Amino acid sequence: MNGRRIGAILLLVAIAGLGYFVYSSEKENARFPFKFGLDLAGGTELIYEADISAINQNEIDTSMQTLRDVIERRVNLFGVSEPVVQVEQASIFAGGGSEYRLVVELPGVTDVNEAVRMIGETPVLEFKLLNPNVELDETGLPVNPDDAFIDTGLTGRYLESAQLEFLGGQAQVASEPIVVINFDSEGAELFAQITRDNIGNIVAIFLDGQAISTPVVRSEITGGTAQISGGFEPEEARDLARNLNFGALPVPIGLVGTQSVGSTLGQDTLNQGVFAGITGLAIVSLFLILWYRLSGFLAVLSLSLYVLVVLSLFKLVPVVLTASGIAGFILSIGMAVDANVLIFERVKEELGGGRNLREAIEEGFKRAWPSIRDANITSLLTAVVLFWFGTSLVKGFALVFALGVITSMLTAIIATRTFMLALPAIKHFWLKTGFSK
Amino acid sequence: MFVIKYKKIFLAIAGFIMLASVASLFVFGLNFSIDFTGGSSLEVSYSERPQIEQIQGVVAEKIEGATLVRPIGESGFSIRTPFISDDEREALSVALSEQGPEYAQEKVSSVGPVIGEELKNKALVAIIIVVLVIVFFVAFAFRKVNEPISAWWYGLIAIVALIHDVLIPIGIFSILHLDIDILFVTALLAILGYSVNDTIVVFDRVRESLQSNKELRIKENFSETVGKSLQATFARSINTSLTTLIVLLTLLVITGSAIHNFILALLVGVIAGTYSSIFVASPLLVAVYERKKKK
Repeated sequence: MNGRRIGAILLLVAIAGLGYFVYSSEKENARFPFKFGLDLAGGTELIYEADISAINQNEIDTSMQTLRDVIERRVNLFGVSEPVVQVEQASIFAGGGSEYRLVVELPGVTDVNEAVRMIGETPVLEFKLLNPNVELDETGLPVNPDDAFIDTGLTGRYLESAQLEFLGGQAQVASEPIVVINFDSEGAELFAQITRDNIGNIVAIFLDGQAISTPVVRSEITGGTAQISGGFEPEEARDLARNLNFGALPVPIGLVGTQSVGSTLGQDTLNQGVFAGITGLAIVSLFLILWYRLSGFLAVLSLSLYVLVVLSLFKLVPVVLTASGIAGFILSIGMAVDANVLIFERVKEELGGGRNLREAIEEGFKRAWPSIRDANITSLLTAVVLFWFGTSLVKGFALVFALGVITSMLTAIIATRTFMLALPAIKHFWLKTGFSK
Repeated sequence: MFVIKYKKIFLAIAGFIMLASVASLFVFGLNFSIDFTGGSSLEVSYSERPQIEQIQGVVAEKIEGATLVRPIGESGFSIRTPFISDDEREALSVALSEQGPEYAQEKVSSVGPVIGEELKNKALVAIIIVVLVIVFFVAFAFRKVNEPISAWWYGLIAIVALIHDVLIPIGIFSILHLDIDILFVTALLAILGYSVNDTIVVFDRVRESLQSNKELRIKENFSETVGKSLQATFARSINTSLTTLIVLLTLLVITGSAIHNFILALLVGVIAGTYSSIFVASPLLVAVYERKKKK
């Protein structure tokens, strides 16, 4: 036995091993199941636009991060399994500048309205100062309501916790429910500074853009706590405290896009995709064996290795599979054959030129290589642009396509080559193609 | 090689189809989906299909503006409306659920106008970048080949082939009034990658023949070199396209509506790509050479 044969046997063992891995990791509770996108598993995607106009340029990233964390906490509270919450920065080519978005993926939630409600209830908390120079009309109301209050920079971002308490206490009938909020250290400092500078002024507490409480500052407050007494019903106050705890949003957000796919539709698409993949692979294998004979059979072996390697990568990376991603993978099976076909045609030519078997195979690989390399580089470049272009849908396709291109090139030049060189001396007939003798 | 001999005929066919595609763009236009225009769409199903007029009536009553109702699948409808609020959508689903038995919402999507506009720009930029990257890469890969025609010609001709491959699916989608959505753009980009791959394999063979001719000091007419290279790669081009087409056809037959148009676009693109790499790119190489020789 020579080295080539040992290599070929190792590859066969690898095929068996990967096959077992892909198969066994689909059992329940296995460590590496396939991950499916919302269009296959069913679920809802919500896209929010963050209004960052009131935020300092250098604080945008932190604020967006906090926003993300807050929404994630809120989503987790509703028991959605494996939600994805991520910040996306979208640049608009035409206008310059950029916008910040929050993409929320909720697998299993197929009712958009319910999903929107789940997230939309999060309150935006702001502390504002009454503008002493505001113009008032005859009725004593500000001429321009936007001028009436000045931002202090103190928002729900600095909130650490909130709880419900009763003013007057001791279970008196007339006790008023209030919400007590505790700031984090930064917020406490800010709050102390604001109260110190504005003794005698009104600091209004805004909830979702509405002033709900307008207390007058009596003295500097250093402890980092504030009370909101807005004439609440006890239930209202309790909900507010709860919602504030789950997260007051540091940045106001607005819904700009939704996608939702029912779970049956997704399951159907997936089943069809898997069936199409297996059928396509079977027909391609048949074609390869009929046309390329023994070489075709070897190509089917390396094609199996290719499929198994890519499937394992999907599990290990992990790649989130979408309908277009699966189509990309199935398309790449067609393209993976290409490198093999290039090599076989070349080997056949070299055999025709009167070389012996080994020389023909070595020479065939050497000559096919520049074509394979250049062709795959251009495909990869396209995949990179696709990935950049990506919404999550397109990114899935691009990633699968790129993985497919790289893996197919490697399996063709490593596996097919090893298999061919491990062949014993056989008649050239088995390595020729089509109708030739 | 017959392709080179009758190159005028093959180029004329390609030119004619490209012109027809452009003409259909002017006549029929493109049917952009909500991905690009902004708006909301809803796919619903019943166990038994109600009359389409009934559904149209309900939609028109609940939603203002231009709406479109189309039957899909066995007993479902696809409804497209302008960008609607959550409350409006809620009201619409309630009304729709009363129109037939076992109402179910299969798919809901809604795209704000800002996102749509942004995507349109991004798609255009992505396609332009892919095309530029390919010209430069091809010119770079063939940089040592400057005789008898310059490396840039290879890049430019690859681009002509690509424009051919992209125009034809666009034309077909325009004639058939199919939706142009994100997946369609994805398909176009994938076609670009696939087709240039195909074209490069042929060019590569030309490059190799030119080099070996130079080393062995063989004088050969350029048209002949291209013809021989085409001959040598012919079986490979056909077989690779065939395997890809087999796979795509299986997908087209088996998969449902979700990615049907996507597969159709890829299928048309792969056919166009195979045609262009054999019958457009190489004949153009020879045409450029002959024109240069005349001068």
